[in-house]
Amino acid sequence: MSTQTMPTGETTTSAEQLTGSEIVIKALIEQEVDTIFGYPGGAVLPLYDALFKQNSLRHYLVRHEQAAVHAAEGYARSTGRVGVVLVTSGPGATNAVTGLTDALMDSIPLVCFTGQVPTHLIGNDAFQEADTTGITRPCTKHNYLVKSVADLPRIIHEAFHVARSGRPGPVVIDLPKDVQQALGAYLPKDQVKHRSYNPQVKGEKGAIERAVELFAGAKRPIIYSGGGVINSGDRASVLLTEFARLTGAPITNTLMGLGAYPAGDPQFLGMLGMHGTYEANLAMHGCDVMLAVGARFDDRVTGKLSEFAPYSKKIQVDIDPSSINKNVVVDVPIVGDVAHVLEEMVRLWKQRQHKLDPNALKTWWSQIDSWRQRKCLHFEQTGDVMKPQYAINRLYEMTADRDAFITTEVGQHQMWAAQYYQFQKPNRWMTSGGLGTMGYGLPAAMGVQVAHPDALVIDIAGEASILMNMQEMSTLIQYRLPVKIFIVNNQWMGMVRQWQQLLHGERYAESYTDSLPDFVKLAEAYGAVGIRATKAAELDDKIREMLETPKPVIFDCCVDEVENCFPMIPSGSAHNQMLLGPDDHADHKTSEDGMVLV
Amino acid sequence: MAQKPMAQNTTAQGSRSPSAQNATAQSPEELRVSTHTEKRTIAVLVDNEPGVLARVIGLFSGRGYNIESLTVTEVDPENALSRITVVTSGTPMILEQIKAQLGRLVPVHKVSDLTMAGPYVERELALVKVNGAGEKRVEALRIADIFKARVVDASHEHFVFEMTGKTDKLDAFVELMSPLGLIDVSRTGVVAIQRGPEGL
Repeated sequence: MSTQTMPTGETTTSAEQLTGSEIVIKALIEQEVDTIFGYPGGAVLPLYDALFKQNSLRHYLVRHEQAAVHAAEGYARSTGRVGVVLVTSGPGATNAVTGLTDALMDSIPLVCFTGQVPTHLIGNDAFQEADTTGITRPCTKHNYLVKSVADLPRIIHEAFHVARSGRPGPVVIDLPKDVQQALGAYLPKDQVKHRSYNPQVKGEKGAIERAVELFAGAKRPIIYSGGGVINSGDRASVLLTEFARLTGAPITNTLMGLGAYPAGDPQFLGMLGMHGTYEANLAMHGCDVMLAVGARFDDRVTGKLSEFAPYSKKIQVDIDPSSINKNVVVDVPIVGDVAHVLEEMVRLWKQRQHKLDPNALKTWWSQIDSWRQRKCLHFEQTGDVMKPQYAINRLYEMTADRDAFITTEVGQHQMWAAQYYQFQKPNRWMTSGGLGTMGYGLPAAMGVQVAHPDALVIDIAGEASILMNMQEMSTLIQYRLPVKIFIVNNQWMGMVRQWQQLLHGERYAESYTDSLPDFVKLAEAYGAVGIRATKAAELDDKIREMLETPKPVIFDCCVDEVENCFPMIPSGSAHNQMLLGPDDHADHKTSEDGMVLV
Repeated sequence: MAQKPMAQNTTAQGSRSPSAQNATAQSPEELRVSTHTEKRTIAVLVDNEPGVLARVIGLFSGRGYNIESLTVTEVDPENALSRITVVTSGTPMILEQIKAQLGRLVPVHKVSDLTMAGPYVERELALVKVNGAGEKRVEALRIADIFKARVVDASHEHFVFEMTGKTDKLDAFVELMSPLGLIDVSRTGVVAIQRGPEGL
């Protein structure tokens, strides 16, 4: 049956011959994988056959390959482990591309196996053939086409190493069907060493010293931390918190960094950026020393680059040299792992008995407190019509003691979730930050629930986004994953509508979602539970009902249709040109430069 | 038009170790204020494996960087290493990005900014076909002689010249040939190597 090629690899440990598929299984087990998200097809049938014959790896069958990747992302982001995906060739691989790009942008460690037509057919436009390594080259950290079974064990172990080390990211292994069937020898991971890939983990000592000295001399310091802190592991969050407490400096998190520092702590200014808080953005604008930790000065964070933090000296800690001096030139660049560098900074700060100038710090905090007095996240909930902010705030209040895991889709609801849901710990917040992928939240929540079967997992969704991967309801039911989908339903693609209102003369082109399904009935059709809340007065009871339901729930939370997400830095504007509410934008005109920005 | 003496300056370097590639060569102030475009010659040592050139070229096209010239071939068959020489241009900030992004590619062993690292030699080879008769033909041969170009193919109607030199010298030669019946040019692009006793 099988088209066997010659096993020519160095057989260092044993002469035992395995098929390529068996090598994959063995390597995954050695890499401590226990979960795979995937979807079968012709080019991966040998692999599925090998999966069938073992009990160490659990495979979760999704309903669309994009969802397999997002589920693996949710799994990875909530555990700090590598997510594993298995899809077939051609359409299986192309469907995975969105998820891979998402993982690349947000630095999520994944290994994705794609089937491929047999090696002798590659390039022949065979059935379900696609140039997977060509297509995924720009959307993976690295990718491999395995042409010989002798290379397979080395490539798998390398792939896991590349995915999880340095700045994490997705790695694709394209596996032709004949290689899955060919016989070869296994190679354990300790015998695999990468020739060229060796990311720098420890920061340069001199640079760390300069950073500590610079920060110690600050009069208006700020710590700005991002997703890199989460990726660096739990210890990084602990060290970040320790450094912030030691110094007494204010701290703000990016969208991806939420949870690295406990929200609600007096030193925490909330999220910064386009929909960040007034106090966080003005503190960024006014600071004299900025410590950027695991954050990449994304355009959603900086606003207008030429007016970004104009009075500041900047320190940047990042494991990826290409993140440094990309958008913003920094004064003290430190290439290294966040936890390593922060540990050294904490040690030096203590050893040299540094202390920020108490008078200057007091003045700085009183300035920040005056910004806080603006209460930029304040909203009025009056009458029956629910404000979306109120809905998320109630959801937070009622789940605060449950150590919940929150995922989101993309849009207004995502920003409200970031603003009103308070995260105390890292790895509890899964959102598509860099790519902004609608349809991310439900499959990601699925992956989180797989990793944490007993935890409360909520996908805060919009009614438009949720429809993009709605089919995964079926997966939730199959594996009894009691994910709660909390749809902030305003009948509009809210963020699109908001921009059309504010920037495009209230011409609402194609942003109304007509013919929405009845989400309660839809839930029931899948075998889940549907709950609808339409009035503020009933919200708490309905949320309680959702939390008490042991099955997956779609919660249709019908909110104010025209509420906008504030504060907002209009595109092309600087941090100190924020709009705080609907009355604010009357005198604001977005520049031509701003209009072309996304 | 004679070539410059090449033996000078074999001692001026040595302080710049290859591992300094990650360090920003310019101060933050320089990076912030320089908005002018500079040209750089960058050497990249990579694994000689399928797709490696596509990764490098894809990086340049995907991120909108310039490629003025790019050459690649295997230089160390025993270790399966290839060397890419790329001539690129951009503001100092973009150039720092290009090097960092190249260094981030998994099969890349080393990135060296030859322009910044000190004196280096760069050369390009051209094959130039000229078709002509009579006086023009004589003139083409005369100029080729001045440029120290070699004739590698000839008939009664044409010459093919082979010429090695710096890019601007090749440019000058090609320009002089164009009124004399130039019909085809093939150039390798720049290869470059650092002067002095150290390797990449």
